[in-house]
Amino acid sequence: MAKKYELNEIEVWDGNTAVSHALRQARIDVVAAYPITPSTPIVQNYSKFLADGYIDGEFIMVESEHSAMSGCVAAGAAGARTATATSSQGFALMVEVLYQASGMRIPVVLTVADRALAAPLNVNGDHSDMYLGRDAGWINLCAYNPQEAYDLTLMAFKIAEDLDVRLPAMVHQDGFICSHTAQNVRPLSDAEAAKFVGEYKPVNSMLDISNPVTHGVQTEEDWHFEHKARQHNDLMNSKNVIKRVFDEFKTLTNREYNLVDNYKLEDADIAIVAIGTTVESARIAADKLRDEGIKAGVLGIRVLRPFPFEEIVNALSNVKAIATMDRSAPGGTFGMLFNEISGAMIGSGKSPIILNYIYGLGGRDTTIEQLIEIYRQLDDCARSNQRKYPLQQFIGLRGPKLSFF
Amino acid sequence: MLEIRWHSRAGQGAVTGAKGLADVVANTGKYVQAFAFYGSAKRGAAMTAYNRVDDKPILNHEKYMRPDYVLVIDPALTYTADITANEKEDTKYIITTHLSKDELIKSQPKLENKDVYVVDCMKISLDTIGRAIPNAPMLGALIKVSGMFDLEYFQNAMKRVLSKFPQKIIDANMAAIERAYNEVK
Repeated sequence: MAKKYELNEIEVWDGNTAVSHALRQARIDVVAAYPITPSTPIVQNYSKFLADGYIDGEFIMVESEHSAMSGCVAAGAAGARTATATSSQGFALMVEVLYQASGMRIPVVLTVADRALAAPLNVNGDHSDMYLGRDAGWINLCAYNPQEAYDLTLMAFKIAEDLDVRLPAMVHQDGFICSHTAQNVRPLSDAEAAKFVGEYKPVNSMLDISNPVTHGVQTEEDWHFEHKARQHNDLMNSKNVIKRVFDEFKTLTNREYNLVDNYKLEDADIAIVAIGTTVESARIAADKLRDEGIKAGVLGIRVLRPFPFEEIVNALSNVKAIATMDRSAPGGTFGMLFNEISGAMIGSGKSPIILNYIYGLGGRDTTIEQLIEIYRQLDDCARSNQRKYPLQQFIGLRGPKLSFF
Repeated sequence: MLEIRWHSRAGQGAVTGAKGLADVVANTGKYVQAFAFYGSAKRGAAMTAYNRVDDKPILNHEKYMRPDYVLVIDPALTYTADITANEKEDTKYIITTHLSKDELIKSQPKLENKDVYVVDCMKISLDTIGRAIPNAPMLGALIKVSGMFDLEYFQNAMKRVLSKFPQKIIDANMAAIERAYNEVK
């Protein structure tokens, strides 16, 4: 029986420490892990908790991230609760197995400290790895600070393992900017957390030898399409379970989570749409604009997959100009948020001015001043009802200004 | 919002110092943030660490900072690092040195007409802890200069933060904090 870990009402934890405690409290059966910056302290702390007697489960040290995710998928198929952590190149190496986890309906929880992808090699935070995995059929939850990384990790188990969902879930936090930044965190007690997450309910467990099953089968044109359609259908419908778990968490902690995180959008003329720590920084910039009488707001993406189209359209329906901010090199097109927000708005008969800003690659600092400048461009567009700036701009870039269209 | 920038070498304990300070401050009901610039820095490389303290939740995630306090815990960084970067008119500098304040300012003229305090954290940590780990004495100096806490309160709070260490190390750190508190000028 694992020892109880004494926690203070308020801890000062960085995002990694917060997530490692959430994993400890979730009573996971199997963690298979391979360390990589900046997520390393998550599994390092976890293995220390285990060595010190605070965890009952198994920890498998593997030789690569591909094996880490394979170990989780195999343990999940056997009937175990599983989780791991990674970043960047490690995430890239996991990609093949990410699709296996979702296709096999194994509810693995993957905590990601998001980091740039090489080349050039860079250990700092951006969303390249998050974007690489966004079509892998996982639920994607996004934290903006260490408290949220902790909360969402606990909630991820409950969402992923729900019998109406049974899909793997990722919890994202910005590498270093959140993963290595210590802030106030109010943890649950071990007992409260365990009760909230609940007992693991195995489905089609391979260790249930009285009911033999096969996992990871081959289906060709006869059944493959039906399997993938069912998987997509269940991912789309997981919204309802996510909302229910968010509500249950609010009842327990008074901390509120929604599919999208709206800040002063009720009367906003202009809005920034972003993911991660930038969502919080943008609130400071929005308040500065509001001091001048300019109605600025922020929409934070809390759930990237399933993408909350309706909630986004509702929140932005009266906004005149929108900045979609992508922290990932777009590789020859617009950033993902530009494409998806544009699709959501046009699909609902709305046509606000929408601009795309590429920012913060490889950990480049995103300053309040840059965010204020983005709002000024939006304000300029909203007042004249004219798109006065290029559709895609790079901000915080040294050298000559780079923009397209 | 109170903002602090630490100048240190990797391995001298600036990150631990910043997190320890954040821990103590958070226990008084305030909101804190502690972070550092890492990159691929190796032990001995110049680095910076940061604290933010506020009465409301801290939403600012920019690395850019105009510090109220600049803490220099390695003596050579006064000359090789840009310790006055993004300073405010009333930024206070607490600098580790064996020099007097006048000698220090003469040797680094960009500190002229600034609010400078000196303390020899290196000697204090060698005398008390037995190793050149200047973070604890710097915290003692900061508490004195800022008036943030009284010495006894801060020492008791730090005892909690250090509780997982052997008593000998806790006692040495308490002595280091107290000496720097009394010696900073």
